[in-house]
Amino acid sequence: MSEHGPLSFNVPEPMGRPGDEPDFSYLDVPRAGTVRKPPVDVDHQDIRDLARTMIRVLNRDGDAVGEWADPVEDETILHALRSMIRTRAFDERMMTLQRQGKTSFYMKCTGEEAIAIGQQLALAPGDMNFPTYRQQGLLLCQDYPLVDMISQILSNANDPLRGRQLPVMYSSKKHGFFSISGNLGTQYVHAVGWAMASAIKGDTKIATAWIGDGSTAESDFHAALVNASVYKPPVVLNVVNNQWAISSFQGIAGGDSATFAERAHGFGIPSLRVDGNDWIAVYNVSRWAIERARRNLGPTLIEWVTYRVAPHSTSDDPARYRPRKESDAWPLGDPVLRLKNHLIKRGLWSEDRHVQAEAEYAQEVKAATKKAESFGVMGGGSTARDIFDDVYKDMPPHLREQRQKLGV
Amino acid sequence: MAEMNMVEAIRDALDIKMAQDRDVVVFGEDVGYFGGVFRCTAGLQEKYGKDRVFDAPINESGIVGVGIGMATYGLRPCVEVQFADYIYPAYDQIVSEAARLRYRSAGDFTAPITIRTPCGGGIFGGQTHSQSPEALFTHVSGLKTIIPSNPYDAKGLLIAAIEDDDPVVFFEPKRLYNGPFDGHHDRPSKSWAGHPWGDVPQGHYIVPIGKAAIRREGAAVTILAYGTMVYVAEAAVAATGIDAEIIDLRSLVPLDIETIVTSVQKTGRCMIVHEATLTSGFGAELAAQVQERCFYHLEAPIARVTGWDTPYPHAQEWDYFPGPKRVGKVLVAMMEEI
Ligand SMILES: Cc1ncc(C[n+]2csc(CCOP(=O)(O)OP(=O)(O)O)c2C)c(N)n1
Repeated sequence: MSEHGPLSFNVPEPMGRPGDEPDFSYLDVPRAGTVRKPPVDVDHQDIRDLARTMIRVLNRDGDAVGEWADPVEDETILHALRSMIRTRAFDERMMTLQRQGKTSFYMKCTGEEAIAIGQQLALAPGDMNFPTYRQQGLLLCQDYPLVDMISQILSNANDPLRGRQLPVMYSSKKHGFFSISGNLGTQYVHAVGWAMASAIKGDTKIATAWIGDGSTAESDFHAALVNASVYKPPVVLNVVNNQWAISSFQGIAGGDSATFAERAHGFGIPSLRVDGNDWIAVYNVSRWAIERARRNLGPTLIEWVTYRVAPHSTSDDPARYRPRKESDAWPLGDPVLRLKNHLIKRGLWSEDRHVQAEAEYAQEVKAATKKAESFGVMGGGSTARDIFDDVYKDMPPHLREQRQKLGV
Repeated sequence: MAEMNMVEAIRDALDIKMAQDRDVVVFGEDVGYFGGVFRCTAGLQEKYGKDRVFDAPINESGIVGVGIGMATYGLRPCVEVQFADYIYPAYDQIVSEAARLRYRSAGDFTAPITIRTPCGGGIFGGQTHSQSPEALFTHVSGLKTIIPSNPYDAKGLLIAAIEDDDPVVFFEPKRLYNGPFDGHHDRPSKSWAGHPWGDVPQGHYIVPIGKAAIRREGAAVTILAYGTMVYVAEAAVAATGIDAEIIDLRSLVPLDIETIVTSVQKTGRCMIVHEATLTSGFGAELAAQVQERCFYHLEAPIARVTGWDTPYPHAQEWDYFPGPKRVGKVLVAMMEEI
């Protein structure tokens, strides 16, 4: 007989399920402005604590405070707020489009707008994002044409991807937006390779990698970290921790044992944990990490702490697995409101202008949607001929034969 | 007997096996509290507890690898890979480990794991929610590969798979979860209610692995199909009026070659229909085996109607995989061969 009792193992549970009161007591939220800002060439050993705490700049009163509150140009910050309002208008309209049966699928980024838009505005032309499906803000804060974006969602005759990709899986080299794979995590490694190539070529471009909290469990995440740690290429490794991966909370990806930022420690990669609903924090921390990359100081991992307010996708009903009011209880607030309050405080914005901007972008998206719909909805306008191109650079005889068989 | 769709039939199979055998455990992405994105495991965690039905991290190689570890201890894990398109990260574990463990240890260690995964297109799932990767597994020795086409078979085959002492890859055509499929995208989908194969016996039964089913008897040509394509073949036969024999393979490895050979020797013609791409698809294997065994009985070349040799497109999926029209055209042409 063993002197020990029977063994057990642990299956983590979230703080709340449907019917429970929302509970975010697991999340320590330090006061804005209290976390120090190290120099960009800091040794990773000296900032281990920054992977556990949370960098925050905007306080409850809408002031930007602390060492991370570097000044941001008025034009940039106004562009950011407008882009966030625009992204929300876009998401709303596309959701409706799906409900009307005009597209098969859509995914919103509600509550996470500050992250993509904060980082993109800190990047330079030529840099390359390796995004997931919840970074529409990367395109929406640039000059990417709305009609093309919606055409991709409709898979119509104007779809730049010719009806081949699932809606929201955009691609635009020109806008530093790498073609999205539906296979989670695979592209985290690509970002590392791309950044290495930029260095091999003696270029000045950097790469950014994007992944969700749930997908950090994928082996490719760890493959990217080990390669980034060994070769120290110019890459920013983003983890968007929005608490949920479909029905599984962040603890199922190991988030209860260590923060996602702390995972970088085993690899000797400097790492920061940041309030992702605080646009100023996102922008300034991104600038810091990007500066490190450009100065050949190597990779930085950043965990953005945020909350997925919307359903996972149009195929999902979050009321089945989390407390209904959970998003209201989210302690980091709404990124749009927080930036709005800050700008009003600075005299750069007003309630009236906000309402006006919301109407303006809703109108813009509506008009663009109408235009996009004129090219077809739900695959309409795309042709079966498009199936056979781009499989290879030149169409091999067997594909030519198959195309003939299909009669197109 | 009870009316069930395929999702319910799969759930019933898991329920029966979990109740019967404490060694059966179920896990995968979102399968615990939520019951899986297709609801196949709904209610099981509540019934059997968190240490037998639980959510896994998003790490398919981990899901299969952990499952293999459990299986070597003596459990019977039935794991879910959320979509067949995401089985590739687990491929090494399935191919290099699960498939070979028995062989390389001379039977000392075995991995009786069942890997369930929804496959196939027709639901506007795009490139990463539509693939049919079965041939990648049939090429690997040591694995069994199963694809049911209806609720009755799904339940009986899944129970057989869990009870099987070898690793089984169990593909579930998601287009058939809620009802049969006639291959036409402009017709409303039917439900399994009232369909003979939606009538599922209660309790434990098995459909033996390695036994094909003759879905329609006929004298003019043999059609070999599995999963969704069984219904496309039926529709093509109805439309052309050609007296075809339709064989639903159900299990690709092991393959019921006897039923196939008997049929082709009787009809003298053989057509193969699958959704996966043509080149090196499972149809190539079928064609080779039929040719080896039935060459002198064949009155026409063996025909393959399959998905095209391209990645799976989102908007043009109805032009991508075989429909009754494409199958019918080839059927008619085959009958004209002398
Ligand atoms: C390799 C792979 N496995 C599973 C899936 C199915 N899937 C799509 S999204 C998702 C959850 C991802 O969660 P997370 O990484 O936290 O990102 P979020 O959706 O929360 O932004 C899953 C399991 C997939 N797309 N790819």
